[in-house]
Amino acid sequence: MTHKNNRHIISVVVENKPGVLARIASLFSARGFNIESLNVGETENSELSRMTIVVSGDDRILEQVRKQLSKLIDTIKVTDITDSTSVESDLALVKIKVPSGRRSELVDIANLFQARLADVSEKHVIIEISGGEDKLESFLRLIAPYGISEMVRAGRIALRRGD
Amino acid sequence: MKGTRAIIEVLKSEGVTLAFAYPGGQVIPLFDELYGEKDIRIILPRHEQGGVHAAEGYARVTGRVGVVIATSGPGATNLVTGIADANMDSIPLVAITGQVPTHLIGNDAFQEVDVLGVTRSVAKHNYLVSRAEELPFMLKAAFYIARTGRPGPVVVDIPSNIQRADFAAHIPESVNIPSYQPKYDGNPRQIERIANLINASERPVFYVGGGVISSESSDYLRQAASKANIPVTTTLMGLGAIPTDHPLSLGMLGMHGTAYANLAVTNCDLLVAVGARFDDRITGKLAAFAPVAKIIHIDIDPTSVSKSVRVDLPVIGSAFNILRDLLPQLEHRERKDWFARIDAWRLASPLVVPAGNGRVSPQALIRSLYSLAAGKDPVLCTDVGQHQMWSALFWNHQKPRRWVSSGGFGTMGFGLPAAIGAQLGLPDNLVLCVTGDGGFQMNIQEMATVARLNLPIKIILMNNGYLGMVRQWQELFWDHHYSHTDISDNPDFTKVSEAFGVKAFVLDRPADTEKVLAAALNHPGPALVNAMIEREANVYPMVPAGEPLDNLILDAE
Repeated sequence: MTHKNNRHIISVVVENKPGVLARIASLFSARGFNIESLNVGETENSELSRMTIVVSGDDRILEQVRKQLSKLIDTIKVTDITDSTSVESDLALVKIKVPSGRRSELVDIANLFQARLADVSEKHVIIEISGGEDKLESFLRLIAPYGISEMVRAGRIALRRGD
Repeated sequence: MKGTRAIIEVLKSEGVTLAFAYPGGQVIPLFDELYGEKDIRIILPRHEQGGVHAAEGYARVTGRVGVVIATSGPGATNLVTGIADANMDSIPLVAITGQVPTHLIGNDAFQEVDVLGVTRSVAKHNYLVSRAEELPFMLKAAFYIARTGRPGPVVVDIPSNIQRADFAAHIPESVNIPSYQPKYDGNPRQIERIANLINASERPVFYVGGGVISSESSDYLRQAASKANIPVTTTLMGLGAIPTDHPLSLGMLGMHGTAYANLAVTNCDLLVAVGARFDDRITGKLAAFAPVAKIIHIDIDPTSVSKSVRVDLPVIGSAFNILRDLLPQLEHRERKDWFARIDAWRLASPLVVPAGNGRVSPQALIRSLYSLAAGKDPVLCTDVGQHQMWSALFWNHQKPRRWVSSGGFGTMGFGLPAAIGAQLGLPDNLVLCVTGDGGFQMNIQEMATVARLNLPIKIILMNNGYLGMVRQWQELFWDHHYSHTDISDNPDFTKVSEAFGVKAFVLDRPADTEKVLAAALNHPGPALVNAMIEREANVYPMVPAGEPLDNLILDAE
């Protein structure tokens, strides 16, 4: 068994009922598990929600996370989709200060990343970018020198490929 | 049908004949429905905490779901300790709480508390009924969840307007919860692997916990141990799974376990854990726990597996089903050398009743109490602390469900109300409550309940004027700093008991131990023995917290 800290993406299908998110959040705090990000939304079946949780810890902690999540009465399925071939995506809105006369540089960078200009004002632009971890990280590195004034990320979502 | 009627119909459909209930503003509608109700006996405690521990005591001796009812706000929060206690010890319980009317929820209404939020982390599950139509299913589901899988407490919070609502109620015969499907049968190939490991082992030990009691698999366990010739040690919760005086019994293991149990676990080559969860009070230092053994873990709860101790062969399912399927595959082996070593440990470090110092010896008291109670199928209920450990060690446990003690949560104040529930669950048995002067005062008001119901419980109060277990730690590990553990300014418990209407006996001379206990046991109604025990007697053996199990303190040196 390895004890190195790993990030895992756990996909949890739960009953779409009030209080389920609170149960999961309190489970993580009560057991001392670290959530890096958590995303919740309805699935193709409106009675079910899918949570995508990015959590870090060693193998023993990850095993407990999976089991404890499964133990909740409202949990239908827990899948660790880190190692499997899955499609992952994150969404970020980034507000960037535009140095005078350099807006077009930002537009170029956005285009390179297939990101979208969500808002343009005199001194700022908001860029909407989605994609995998690496893509978002390199985008953020490139625009960092311009000065990020605000940012929000939706948290990772992921689905297993194929059947 | 009214909401309150639906509640009672669900209770009846679950076979509930007894509930512990304390009234209050938001359960007046339910209490009105209970007025004149013939099929469900309502027991009124003097505090909601007394009610919930009594429900636990009832559940622990009968195996049925305990039911407790309280009002909103403080009524509900007074249940929390008992709910947490039941959760730690896997006791099936349904707690029904009143809630402010739905239109007031979230308004900081009078006696409002977020019961779901407060009980979430201490209950197996909880429900807030927000529409009357949900009530029958949720209450029915609460019973189902409480008693199936790994049992536990479930809370159902019912706003008073839903209790009063009139609606077309359908009481389901059973419920199916797709996301909750407990698994009872163990994987046959895994069970075969267990059998192979056991049959090949030279130095095996069964390590048995409360799961064997709650799944009613003590018979299979004893048969398996006898057939394969394997010594058995139990946790505090597993006491009664095998008789203490059974030739294969090693008694309890862990912090206050017997020397021979702890040494057997430390030296075994195969540890077979059944319905136990490797609590820190059992394992001591993790790295030194059963260091040379392969570990098999039979448990219904996957989260208990490899939580603290890495397990070589886990099998998920009910101890009952797995032991049943395992039994025919076991083979007898002599294991002469192994039993010779164990016998040598027994001989070298037996449990000893230390010589007294003028006051009553607590260990001798328990031995004496057992000799008087034997043959009456006694139920021993305890509180938490030194008296609990002396009871665990020096009592001769004969059967499952005859030992009622707060294990995982260690709740002071548990003993007296739990004894009330035990006596109501087993009205024909001798119910004993061994308690301490600290814990007794934490729910002392339930003496009124004992007297009111004239329950023939015998309370043995081990009175040393100390919060003794903490004092013991202060003596051994904190330089004798008896920081706020001296309570020798206690009230006169004899007078207190008499004031409640419970006959009291004083035991202050060691020579009188048997005589006074016999007098109390022969008293037809409730009785209390105020036993003035040695003030600074310690519980031995003891493994200091975090130490390896073979690092035992055997007695005061």
